[in-house]
Amino acid sequence: MEYLFQQLINGLTLGSIYGLIAIGYTMVYGIIGMINFAHGDVFMVGSFIALAVFLILTTVLGFTFLPLVLLIVLIMSMLFTSAWGWTVERLAYRPLRGSFRLAPLITAIGMSIVLQNFVQITQGARVKPLAPQISGGITLIPGNAEAGTIAVQLSYMQMIIIGVTFTLMVGFSLLIAKTPLGRAQRSCEQDQKMASLLGVNVDRTISLTFVMGAALASVAGIMFLLLYGVVDFYIGFLAGVKAFTAAVLGGIGSLPGAMLGGLLIGLIETLWSGYFTVEYKDVAAFSILAIVLIFMPSGLLGKPEVEKV
Amino acid sequence: MSSTVSQPTDDIHPEGAQLQSEQRLSAPRPPAGGRTISLAALIKDAAIAALIAGVLGFFFLAIRTDIAPGGLEVTTRWSLWFASIAVVFAGRLAISLFFRGGKAEEAAGAALSRIIVPGLGTWLGRLLFAFAVILPFFFMYFFPARDRQFIDIAILIMTYIMLGWGLNIVVGLAGLLDLGYVAFYAVGAYSFALLSTHFEYIGFWIALPLAGLLAALWGVILGFPVLRLRGDYLAIVTLAFGEIVRVVLLNWYDFTGGPDGVSRIPKPTLFGLEFSRGEGSFSDFFGLEYDTTQRFVFLYYIIFVLAILTNLITMRLRKMPIGRAWEALREDEIACRSLGINTVTTKLTAFATGAMFGGFAGSFFATRQGFISPESFTFLESAIILAIVVLGGLGSQIGIVIASVVMIGGIELLRNLDFLQAVFGDGFDPTQYRMLIFGLAMVLIMVWKPRGLVSSREPSAVYKQKKSISADMVAQGEGH
Repeated sequence: MEYLFQQLINGLTLGSIYGLIAIGYTMVYGIIGMINFAHGDVFMVGSFIALAVFLILTTVLGFTFLPLVLLIVLIMSMLFTSAWGWTVERLAYRPLRGSFRLAPLITAIGMSIVLQNFVQITQGARVKPLAPQISGGITLIPGNAEAGTIAVQLSYMQMIIIGVTFTLMVGFSLLIAKTPLGRAQRSCEQDQKMASLLGVNVDRTISLTFVMGAALASVAGIMFLLLYGVVDFYIGFLAGVKAFTAAVLGGIGSLPGAMLGGLLIGLIETLWSGYFTVEYKDVAAFSILAIVLIFMPSGLLGKPEVEKV
Repeated sequence: MSSTVSQPTDDIHPEGAQLQSEQRLSAPRPPAGGRTISLAALIKDAAIAALIAGVLGFFFLAIRTDIAPGGLEVTTRWSLWFASIAVVFAGRLAISLFFRGGKAEEAAGAALSRIIVPGLGTWLGRLLFAFAVILPFFFMYFFPARDRQFIDIAILIMTYIMLGWGLNIVVGLAGLLDLGYVAFYAVGAYSFALLSTHFEYIGFWIALPLAGLLAALWGVILGFPVLRLRGDYLAIVTLAFGEIVRVVLLNWYDFTGGPDGVSRIPKPTLFGLEFSRGEGSFSDFFGLEYDTTQRFVFLYYIIFVLAILTNLITMRLRKMPIGRAWEALREDEIACRSLGINTVTTKLTAFATGAMFGGFAGSFFATRQGFISPESFTFLESAIILAIVVLGGLGSQIGIVIASVVMIGGIELLRNLDFLQAVFGDGFDPTQYRMLIFGLAMVLIMVWKPRGLVSSREPSAVYKQKKSISADMVAQGEGH
């Protein structure tokens, strides 16, 4: 029972990271109906930027107060990764707007290859380790050696990840629901032509969607870096595929669906690794996706597409 | 964001509305603020581009994190960073100066590309076919020193052409977006590898049809769960399927050898004649001097015949009811159903046929390499094959040939960039830029020609007179 409890906590932490990346996929899909294959690599870029900022602050400038360092890392990484997201959209997707559906998919795959290889060439192919920065935690249920139960622990890192994700989710939902930008996004999602007739700047709205997706991916990148302590140029692919799976599982185009899908994929993976074999955790996640889609072809929270004839 | 993507009105009449919107995009735009764009504005534009490049490159070009004793250390490369900014500034300025007022030329180019020369595709196809037939002897005669290397590249390109043609049945004809095609390639390769290493009497020619059948079976297995899915849901499930196959191959150690792969896969024989030195070999039988090139030539002809077979069967199927049903399915699934086409069998046969050719190509790959491991069957392979199909112009057989030659031949050419080392110094390793250039080429070709390199095609159904139609007229790859 304690073991299950511990695995649930671990799963929620991992799921939060997937969920944050999945939001980027689902927002872009909702607004222009394309799979942004380069999004996983934008997450990787965010992780690398965070690592560089962190090292500059601690080793070159000599900052020692960790909360301040992390705050600066967060802000800088979000800003610079947003610039990457904006540029990718501007170079590879905007020229193809209004073209047929597979064209931006191919440029997205091309962009993903470009980003991976760019980072590999400029930063090297070796895995970069970072010593754990935030240690310690609280014990929820103390372990009992005689009764054979293990302690259930919630580390501060996990608390931060779940807390940040929750805050960002609330903030984002408010942004979409209440602000003019959110209204513009929802209108572009429904009908771009009509929205532009009514004075919504569609290009700008789409650009901002990519910027927001990239910013969230960079937050996920920072948390990945701090939680696992390693980055390399290839982390974007698997994280991207898992996050995309999460977005589809939750119903692509739906924000709460993306978060729910992310948490589910995280839980499935950790529970499977905890009780069965670690090697087949990806197979488990993908199989559950296939099974869910057989019975609910639009995902868990997605609305079924109504086809006009 | 709570609703799923709404169907834009364009989808009601895919051809008409899509054609219109594409024409609108390519229409010559009225120059903003008159024809005279001042130099100052251009410089400002280039400066903005340079600024963005500086921002993007700062943490990658200027700063480098390296593993040092006792943790990571930061090194700076300011000269590289400034150089990249200068290159972007100059490049942007040159492009805008060079292409300024180039709208007229652009329009002329667009008009030129719209002129469809009747029969050009057929003649180009015949010409390429004739060249492909004599290709090994051409290389042996003109490049006797490097013939083996060139024939090897030709074999590789031919393999991708065959894979492209196989995937084209699923994506180009039936309009089902498949991101996991490499799974069938893997099934074919492992079928032959495992059969031949476990049973001594199974050679390449017996295993080839078996591998095709097994791959087709897997195509149907994948097809069943995705029957109801549309568009991007289909894409992610096929991607997941490809990953599942790879992960299983990687971890089922007892059966597949896991990451070690399968080695010592037998080479194909010509009616029992082996391509080796000694008694009973090909060279011995025909009284020729033994030469390793003979085996390469033989392999080339195997894949050539397999690829041509793929093409002929596809072209034939397109004229048959099943092929017509595939193309109808691509254009409109609902209309298909209301006309009494069984969409279940149509989709399943498309998956199975495409998968079968993937399986053939896979077992050829296994026999060519002599060694296979899960590393050869990553998502990148699927992406490259899909890119070849889309870059070639969906549904165009000759386009796939051109795209394969350009992309795969290009990658192989980039392996031989040693002369750049002399330019940039010894620390410069040109081969690592291979995939970067490949990705950039994918983006640039797609932006330059969104409909693919060959965007005109022969219609499959003809009323009275045969006319080539532009690819703009068909809603390809809509995935439903």
